[in-house]
Amino acid sequence: MELVLSLGIGVLVGCGVWLMLRSRTFQVIIGLSLCSYAVNLFIAATGGLKIGRDPVLASGAVNPEAYADPLPQALVLTAIVIGFATTALLLVVVMAARGLTGGDQVDGGGPKDDQK
Amino acid sequence: MAAEMLSPWIVGAPALAGVAAMCLPSQARNAAAALAAGACLAVLAITITLVGAIEATGPVRQSLNWAPSLGLAITFRIDGLAWLFVVLIAAIGVLIAGYARGYMPADEPTPRFFAYLLGFTASMLGVVTSGNLLQLVVCWELTALFSFLLIGFWYGSQSARSAARQALLTTALGGLCLLAGVLVLGHIVGSYDLDAVLAAGPRLTAHALAPLALVAMLIGAFTKSAQFPFDSWLPRAMAAPTPVSAFLHSATLVKAGVFLLARFWTVFSGTDLWVWLVSGVGLTTMLLGAWRATRQDDIKALLAHSTLSHLGLITLLLGLGAPLAAFTAIFHLVNHAMFKAALFMTAGAVEHQTGTRSLAALGGLGRAMPVTAAVTLVAAGAMAGVPLLSGFVSKEMFFAQVAEAGGGNAAFVLAATAAGALSVTYALRLFASVFLGKTSAAAKQAHEAPALLWGPPGVLAAGCLLVGVAPAFFMGRALDLAAGDLLGGATSASKLVLWHGFGLPLAMSAAALLAGGAMWWAGRGWRAAPGAQSGRPLAERFAALTLALEDMVAPARLQRHVLMIFLGVLLAVGVSTRWSGWDLRPPREPPDFAFALLWAAGMACAIGAAVFARARRVAGVVLTGGAGLVTAVTFTWFSAPDLAITQLLVEIVTTILLLLGLRWLPLEDRARHAARSGGFVRGRDALIAATLGLGASFLAYGVMTYPTPAAISRYFLEHAYAGAGGRNAVNVILVDFRGFDTLGEITVVAVVALSVVALLRGFRPAAEAVRPMPAQESQSEARRASAKRVMLVPGLIIQLMFPMIVLFGLHLFLRGHDLPGGGFAGGVTISAAILLLYMALGVRKAEARLRIAPGRWIALGLLLATLTGVGAMLFGQPFLTSAFSYLKLGELPPAPMASALIFDLGVMLLVIGATSAMLVAIAHQSQRRPRGERDGEAK
Repeated sequence: MELVLSLGIGVLVGCGVWLMLRSRTFQVIIGLSLCSYAVNLFIAATGGLKIGRDPVLASGAVNPEAYADPLPQALVLTAIVIGFATTALLLVVVMAARGLTGGDQVDGGGPKDDQK
Repeated sequence: MAAEMLSPWIVGAPALAGVAAMCLPSQARNAAAALAAGACLAVLAITITLVGAIEATGPVRQSLNWAPSLGLAITFRIDGLAWLFVVLIAAIGVLIAGYARGYMPADEPTPRFFAYLLGFTASMLGVVTSGNLLQLVVCWELTALFSFLLIGFWYGSQSARSAARQALLTTALGGLCLLAGVLVLGHIVGSYDLDAVLAAGPRLTAHALAPLALVAMLIGAFTKSAQFPFDSWLPRAMAAPTPVSAFLHSATLVKAGVFLLARFWTVFSGTDLWVWLVSGVGLTTMLLGAWRATRQDDIKALLAHSTLSHLGLITLLLGLGAPLAAFTAIFHLVNHAMFKAALFMTAGAVEHQTGTRSLAALGGLGRAMPVTAAVTLVAAGAMAGVPLLSGFVSKEMFFAQVAEAGGGNAAFVLAATAAGALSVTYALRLFASVFLGKTSAAAKQAHEAPALLWGPPGVLAAGCLLVGVAPAFFMGRALDLAAGDLLGGATSASKLVLWHGFGLPLAMSAAALLAGGAMWWAGRGWRAAPGAQSGRPLAERFAALTLALEDMVAPARLQRHVLMIFLGVLLAVGVSTRWSGWDLRPPREPPDFAFALLWAAGMACAIGAAVFARARRVAGVVLTGGAGLVTAVTFTWFSAPDLAITQLLVEIVTTILLLLGLRWLPLEDRARHAARSGGFVRGRDALIAATLGLGASFLAYGVMTYPTPAAISRYFLEHAYAGAGGRNAVNVILVDFRGFDTLGEITVVAVVALSVVALLRGFRPAAEAVRPMPAQESQSEARRASAKRVMLVPGLIIQLMFPMIVLFGLHLFLRGHDLPGGGFAGGVTISAAILLLYMALGVRKAEARLRIAPGRWIALGLLLATLTGVGAMLFGQPFLTSAFSYLKLGELPPAPMASALIFDLGVMLLVIGATSAMLVAIAHQSQRRPRGERDGEAK
């Protein structure tokens, strides 16, 4: 399990970083999304992989061993929402940049700049 | 004591007034100016009530506890020196407020200007009244920030922008040095309290680290006071509106550096390092500035260089190490603030009336503007050190100090006299070129400036005259308060006299006046080329160096920036894992075939997205969504249903958002012709991506197999139900245990949504994005009408589904405390419903049925969440303490009612508001006319 998930995280990070280094703005947005999946999974995994644990507390005395770790989950939950907000912001910045420069190159220039 | 209680308001009054000015409508010039003047007057009034207390019992202290557990307090400490600065800042602040009201053009957003000015005043007052070194550094950096905003106030001009950037860069770097110095000081003394540091004395200077602290702090002071070699930012900063130059570059901002020197004078002035460094830098700046000032064409540039020269003079006096020299420095500092502010203001008045600041283009203005000319004459005379004006007294004391310190060293005496002579030359040049001589073309149309433009400098010029005639009477008490202990028992009245008797100082004064006059006479026909910056190769080179440094730290090309970030991450992670020495453990959970299959699909999606994101972007979005789904399923797999729900919902909304946004980006076919990156770049990026991916894999594997300490989580699980009445520990953490964090996070979301709306407000889509597709154009009217009905069936379904989705969202929200769900999930669900409605019906029809005002939702949500926290405070509990009880309604099972539920309601409202604000703003773009089409033409 750990092997599969860590491989998945690695692939997500790799694809995300590759895209963020590209020159077209849309690629950067997609890359950011992929990276945020990877980071969220990573944070969630810091609590350890708990399969089949009860997420909701039962009545009576609480045995912490029986439940999934709530702390990373709470962190990731807000991270998801913030990630959405930043993706939206990036998209709008990209739209505005297009309005200003007429293109969708990250650095605003034409294809020439891209050769560097 | 009552007076002490008022001291925080010295900083508080202008800060509050600044916030108030920010809220004024942009035409409210009078109200904004009144606020600024009122705040400064209030500060003056408070300060004057403090005189008695300071004279009787020494420094006035007032502490506000901030984080007592960390030993941090906000301390206001007003001793004589701080008192003098506060009076200087506030008094000139009042005059500047009136002057700026007359100076700023009517069509500028003047309240914003006053808000910045007040913010600057507050931070400057914060610097001088800080009783804690860290607090001082914070205020110090704030002054840099506000001066950036003020210098760049006319952000439309390239020179203003680059000047603002250079000023910020230079002074903020200096501020960092100051912070480093202060940290070392605090380490040596063991406290950041100013009293403790000042009392440390020899224990401090004898410490091995003391020179380090001293040099770091001196760099901070020299950058702020524009001392050589950090002087190039000040002349450039003349791109600022003139009231800013008059305030910041004569009386306040640049004096902060000198203030720092004066503040630590008692501690460090005895050390050799101090004497050599401070007096050497001061002497160099004094001579360089004076020489350059004679060669400028722009009035404000002349004044800027003369400011450098006078600041150098003050620095030199402080560096001499003699108590009387330091006393003279403080006296001259006050004089300089008065005459230089007056000169800047009259320069602004001349520019306001004639439209130019070029000495070559001006001349003969004296007849047209007699009052301005008279004010300038007095102030320039004070600058030149003409007898019976304030500058004469302090300059003569300066000559005496230099002659004494140099021990009759001829070079030293000569240098001081030369600086004095040069200041006579440029003062004469300034006055004669503008007001005397032939009537220039610019002067022909000119009239006297309005009273607001000559009144405030007139007040200052009158001050110069009064101090010049009777220095001890007007300045004696203030200087006794500020620097009396430097005189070793003598009162200032014995030093502040007009007639020092025959001697070297008088000879130096006379020589300076005569030589300066002669130099002006010899060079009166000479004109600097208009607009010439004059030969300042060294300064130019330093300016270029700062900008090159900036380019290195923050390259203008974003792509390179991103690359550097990733390389940095690689380096940091690589280095830290190299030394942490962790070993790979075997996996704890047995592999599962279905899970592997799931992730095979997930990885395929991610790689596909990476491949298609360039040329087939819809496919790219869909594949990204696939990777997101796999992520959501993974969350379910590992017992995190809350995450799965939220991830899934956010996934839906993000996909819609991306598809909406795609419309406004250039078409795909054009991109196909755009050059792809070269092979080398692609190879390099692939290598970086692969390395980072591999690193992430290793790291993730290591973390997952590492035995998890459950120290914190155990607490949350054990107390979720017992302490907060909720069974869903994740939600309880969000709305109760860590409610304050969540409040911060939803604030971020709100800010992002508002930024999106603001960014899109001025956005006009490119013309070709709005033009119909070629295929559509060829369609007949009838086919186009049928195309409009394509969404008929899905539209109907969505309309029927709308209430259900909203209901489902509410359900998710309500059950959140006990079952997976909560405000975030509920909010995103409801906004997805709104979004679907927009898609199905189109913007106009949707808004005809559903009027949503996202701004109000955001405000309401934030308000509700905050009020829940404040409500707890009303019951004497800390902010955001949650209360809960059970609500029994008839035969229904008791429903838990936690106050956290109201907090969560705020979260939900805010998420709905923010999400729909963003989506609606993007959706509205289709209603806009493209760029290039004017209003009216489109109809």
